[in-house]
Amino acid sequence: MASKSRNLSITGRGLTNFESIMWVFTRLSALGMYALILFAIIGALIMGARNNMNMADVLRWGFMPNVTHVASTDVPDTAPFATPFWKLVASALLLVATAHGVHGLVVIADDYITSEGGRKIVRLLSIIMMVSMSLMGLYIIWTS
Amino acid sequence: MGLKRNVSLGTGLRYKGGGPMLVFVLHRIGGLGMATFVTIHILSSFFGGDIGQFANQIYENWVFQIFIFFFVLFHAINGLRITILDLWPKLIPYQREAIWVEWAVFLPIYALAAFVILRTGLAGG
Ligand code: HEM
Repeated sequence: MASKSRNLSITGRGLTNFESIMWVFTRLSALGMYALILFAIIGALIMGARNNMNMADVLRWGFMPNVTHVASTDVPDTAPFATPFWKLVASALLLVATAHGVHGLVVIADDYITSEGGRKIVRLLSIIMMVSMSLMGLYIIWTS
Repeated sequence: MGLKRNVSLGTGLRYKGGGPMLVFVLHRIGGLGMATFVTIHILSSFFGGDIGQFANQIYENWVFQIFIFFFVLFHAINGLRITILDLWPKLIPYQREAIWVEWAVFLPIYALAAFVILRTGLAGG
């Protein structure tokens, strides 16, 4: 089995439970975050980052394209970085990253907390964390 | 399920998994670190106040940035390696080679960014 599963396609390996669906989600969200981050970096370069931002600032904007992340750079006018378009990109990144990160915490917790009750508590806490982080993050993005 | 492992922390630390083990540990520390960092960052931006400002001051410090950037970049590049190998499992036999490629990609990017952060940091920016 161990040597064979490698030759099965993703769907052939059976997407039957929450854990295996989240296994695929973790990988697809990784690709999704790459796409969004590269998109934000290219956007910053088009908006003049070449002359006014250093590499670390560009990467910081890439990981979370919120206008506050260009406040400390030499960009003369931050308005192009604060458009609804970038707020949408930032929101997408926030939601994908929160889901990915919180589920990652569940994966880690499951390695050490093995009782059924303990795992239920972990899941409950993770849902609370995911919803509250998403809402607070959206609020910050759309009001900054 | 193999939940009863009876492996002590000491044994775990002495496990000699080599390169793949090292990247697993770094990936896990990075994921945990980012989740902690992002959580505190969102909370402090949302609630503000003295504690919030204190947290944001730490984040703007260049020493912290050199540290967190290591884990963020490592998690992102190692995560891409995991994703590629998992989506094309025929590549898994080459995982050791993939890990070498990964370091070859990570080190120059990290060195360059760390240099930039350090230079601005030492210049007092
Ligand atoms: C480009 C960005 C990212 C990529 C490519 C990426 C990729 C991955 C992948 C492939 C895994 C699965 C590892 C495994 O199953 O062995 C993973 C796990 C994880 N990720 Fe990410 N990730 C990214 C961003 C983030 C962010 C922003 C956070 C936190 C907010 C995060 C937190 C975690 C955590 C906590 C885990 C679980 C680690 C473990 O199981 O040891 N990741 N990531």
